[in-house]
Amino acid sequence: MSPLAVVREGREKGLHVIAVCDHNSAENVAATRRAAENTGLAVIGGIEISSREEVHVLGLFRDGPALESAQQIVLENLVGENEPQTFGEQLVMNERDEVVGHNSRLLIGATELSLEDVVGTIHRLGGVAIAAHVDRPSFSVISQLGFIPSGVGFDGAEVCSEERPTLPEGLAVVRSSDAHRPGEIGSRHTLFLVERPTASEIGMALHRMEGRRVLT
Amino acid sequence: MTLNDLAQELGLEVRAGGSALETEVRGGYASDLLSDVIAHGQPGDLWVTLQRHQNIVAVASLKRLAGIVLVNGREPEADTLQKAGAEGVPLFVSALPTFELVGRLHDLGLSGIRT
Repeated sequence: MSPLAVVREGREKGLHVIAVCDHNSAENVAATRRAAENTGLAVIGGIEISSREEVHVLGLFRDGPALESAQQIVLENLVGENEPQTFGEQLVMNERDEVVGHNSRLLIGATELSLEDVVGTIHRLGGVAIAAHVDRPSFSVISQLGFIPSGVGFDGAEVCSEERPTLPEGLAVVRSSDAHRPGEIGSRHTLFLVERPTASEIGMALHRMEGRRVLT
Repeated sequence: MTLNDLAQELGLEVRAGGSALETEVRGGYASDLLSDVIAHGQPGDLWVTLQRHQNIVAVASLKRLAGIVLVNGREPEADTLQKAGAEGVPLFVSALPTFELVGRLHDLGLSGIRT
């Protein structure tokens, strides 16, 4: 999943926009965005944050500073060091796919932030909070907590299968690949009616604001 | 055995639902995934978990569990405490880790299997 591979696959699959949401990290977003420059593929910066209940939440952010702040908060609340032998290397790359660093933190782990704190943090930074893969048997708000508690304030829920699980009335559903390998990119997608391929516009579409919509 | 019997024997500290301590406990279930408890919990089970999120109260009510014990000395979240009080769901804290607590409950005669 190097920047160049991700961009190449995204374009080959005919995508207009991708959101790069690594587990508890945003370190490879900038390089992916640079790799996508002048290709017509837009890149939204995000993080898949793991709450202390091990619920995965996708945070999509509108700009670099917001993403940076989110990254900081996640790191301040993340426990543990990586074991490369078990979990693999956590590489930081540049837009030429050159390795420029390693992340030694346990990115596969959970933060000490509650689900409500994770969503609250994303919103405080002006981001979009989507419950990740809600129909998966692990690391989803439904598997971990049984149901989506009222008042959490998700902007949307990501679904992987063809069926839609029981979700709160009015909660927007999105489909994305959750690609962990380049080949998986584009395996599922959502069609949005928006003015620009940005996190803010997607947020508006999820809430059917000002003409923006989720079409599929 | 009642919740009170178990609480006395094992030093469980009551945090909520104190008026329901005479509830008869019919069995036990240990799990930290609420979807799993929704699928397998039985009425009258004492639920052993480290999950402190307020949803545990709704699940306990839904499945008519006898009560919930939080392990490792973990205190319930404020919302959880409030909900448990409001709904009368017995909530306890134990300093023991799950394996040890379950072992001791089993020694006292509590089973995880309904015959």
